[in-house]
Amino acid sequence: MNMLKGTLFASAALGLAAATPAAAQTAEVLHYWTSGGEAAAVASLREAFEAAGGTWIDSPIAGGGGDAQATVLRSRVLAGDPPTAVQIKGPNIQDWAEAGSLANLDEVAAQEHWDDILPPLLRDIVTYEDHYVAVPVNIHRVNWMWINPELLAQVDAEVPTTWEEFNEVATRLQDAGITPLAHGGQPWQDATVFETVVLGIGGPDFYRAALVDLDPDALTSDTMIEVFDQMRTLRGFVDDNFPGRDWNLATRMVMNGEAAFQIMGDWAKGEFAAAGLEPGTDYVCAPTPGASGYILNSDSFAFFNVEGEDRIAGQNLLASLILGPEFQETFNLLKGSIPARNDIDMSGFDACAQQSAEDLAAAVADDSLVPSMAHEIAIPRAPRGAFLDVVTEHFNSDMSSEEAVERLLEEVELAQ
Amino acid sequence: MADTRAGAASGGPARVAGWLQRHLPKIVVAPSVIAALVFFYGFIIWTAYISLTGSRMLPDYELIGFQNYQDIWRLSRWNTAVWNLAIFGVLFIGVSMLVGCVLAVLLDQRIRAEGALRTIYLYPMAISYIVTGTAWRWLMDPEIGIEAAVRNLGWESFTFDWITNRDMAIYTIVIAAVWQASGFVMAMVLAALRGVDQEIIKAAWLDGASLPQIYRRIIIPSIRPVFLGAFVILMHLAIKTFDLIMAMTSGGPGTATSLPATFMYDMAFQRDRLDLAATSAVMMLVTVTAIIVPYLYSEIRAGRRD
Repeated sequence: MNMLKGTLFASAALGLAAATPAAAQTAEVLHYWTSGGEAAAVASLREAFEAAGGTWIDSPIAGGGGDAQATVLRSRVLAGDPPTAVQIKGPNIQDWAEAGSLANLDEVAAQEHWDDILPPLLRDIVTYEDHYVAVPVNIHRVNWMWINPELLAQVDAEVPTTWEEFNEVATRLQDAGITPLAHGGQPWQDATVFETVVLGIGGPDFYRAALVDLDPDALTSDTMIEVFDQMRTLRGFVDDNFPGRDWNLATRMVMNGEAAFQIMGDWAKGEFAAAGLEPGTDYVCAPTPGASGYILNSDSFAFFNVEGEDRIAGQNLLASLILGPEFQETFNLLKGSIPARNDIDMSGFDACAQQSAEDLAAAVADDSLVPSMAHEIAIPRAPRGAFLDVVTEHFNSDMSSEEAVERLLEEVELAQ
Repeated sequence: MADTRAGAASGGPARVAGWLQRHLPKIVVAPSVIAALVFFYGFIIWTAYISLTGSRMLPDYELIGFQNYQDIWRLSRWNTAVWNLAIFGVLFIGVSMLVGCVLAVLLDQRIRAEGALRTIYLYPMAISYIVTGTAWRWLMDPEIGIEAAVRNLGWESFTFDWITNRDMAIYTIVIAAVWQASGFVMAMVLAALRGVDQEIIKAAWLDGASLPQIYRRIIIPSIRPVFLGAFVILMHLAIKTFDLIMAMTSGGPGTATSLPATFMYDMAFQRDRLDLAATSAVMMLVTVTAIIVPYLYSEIRAGRRD
């Protein structure tokens, strides 16, 4: 009798143990990928999660490029009810980790050997005090130039590799009545161009000193004055109606032959792809001029401290899925970026993505991989805002480069 | 014994009813009073407190004194915003009042189709600022708006590119806001004009006063309270203007059309600077109070003297 009871208990316990991980894995995912290719990319993650037996609670927050989501997140964490995973990036991850809100993913990371597959810069972004607290989804390259090859051929020009060459080609285009640079006058777009100029003129070490460490000497250096001089030159290559223009309208100008160049991250490729254009023939992608390097932007999911077995199990499953090879490939093909892990076969990707992956490996090797300031990877949002204010004010007015540098120093100091 | 019990039985409900009658109004308004106390005055105090702390992404309750009030004036963005509010506020209130009064006086001349005209002028007020802003952004856009239309008519050198010109962009906001609000001022003034005692006006006629004199000396002074009402409404519209900016220029070109409200939004929701956002909110509140309170006070005193 006793033995029978014991067996019954044991089998019941076994049955429970076997059933629990499969039946109860819940993840609530807060994200702002609600449009087009991004929504399709999230749907692919959801399918993978549900195929593995999990329950997915979708919490999309549309609009505001993450501002609306930040407000929701803030109130939910303060109310003690954080979501499982939230789409946040860069130093914002460190802020939440410092507030003690993030979970520890070291177990999954060790199982899946994240240390070996992530670029070192990306590892720094998703860890806090050497513990994994977030998972990167992709890698975007910011310092791309998108070029209309026909217009370049009209003035008999090659793809420029230095800013002097760029200025020379742009002047020739302008003389031929072609707008050289398609640009949208929004602060983040001004800052995107600005950081590619900082990298091109100053090189990776200067970039890190100025835009990552916020070193006052670098911010007020002659190199920085040169950078602002180049921004002033670029202002002359932009058409008159640029203020407020969205980036995808600027991309369309390159497509339609209204402008020759656009400086924008590789999400611009999605616009070309949607129009059925092929890289290499219909449009050309090339790294921005000047010193070689790779400005990295990466989306990631941070994992919050949740309670309950099912939620923690769901968290671990989701974390391993996000960085798993299958999801990395499907997601990044849809989004236009490249995988965050370095062991994915790139043959299924287009030429620009393949070059991006090659350049990334080269940049890791010669230490020229730098985080994007304009896209909230390098520095927290307050000093980033200071950069945006000064860069956009300078670009839109007749402020001198010397004054811009002074203002930059003051506003960056105030924002720290 | 039996009497007292009967008295208690009949007096009980009556007393309850009497008590209810006396206190029912208070009970009914109590929830909204409490809500106003907590959500309005409570959060004003909370915001003022946060402005004295070093809060960044999350509220931090350690006081640091008035540091934020010094720092905020060193931000060029805030200075631009305050200066823009001064330009916008003065022009928006002034021009709306002027246009509204002129329209009201013209409509007051017992003209034909007054009802239709009144509706036309009042209708913009029924539209939200987002719609107004979007429509005016298209009108002002040099590529598709007024400039393009006039050029297509043959005037090739015509230029109207204020919205892309950082020195003029704030005036495009004024134009859109005036278009929206002046009909509302007109309706208020017109209603007041109709309320003026016709006997006084007839008496003035008989004394040989001219029409402009009647308006200036008799009618306008007698409808003064309406101007206070219009002024208060326009001023709070001006200070909280946010959606119009977002729809028309998003604060651009550069930061040329920033207003304190857009500054506050950026600091709170884009830059994780709750402290500076709270500081700017308190400064806006103080500005409103500084203008409204003396004006209200003088108006109320003038009212009592009458």
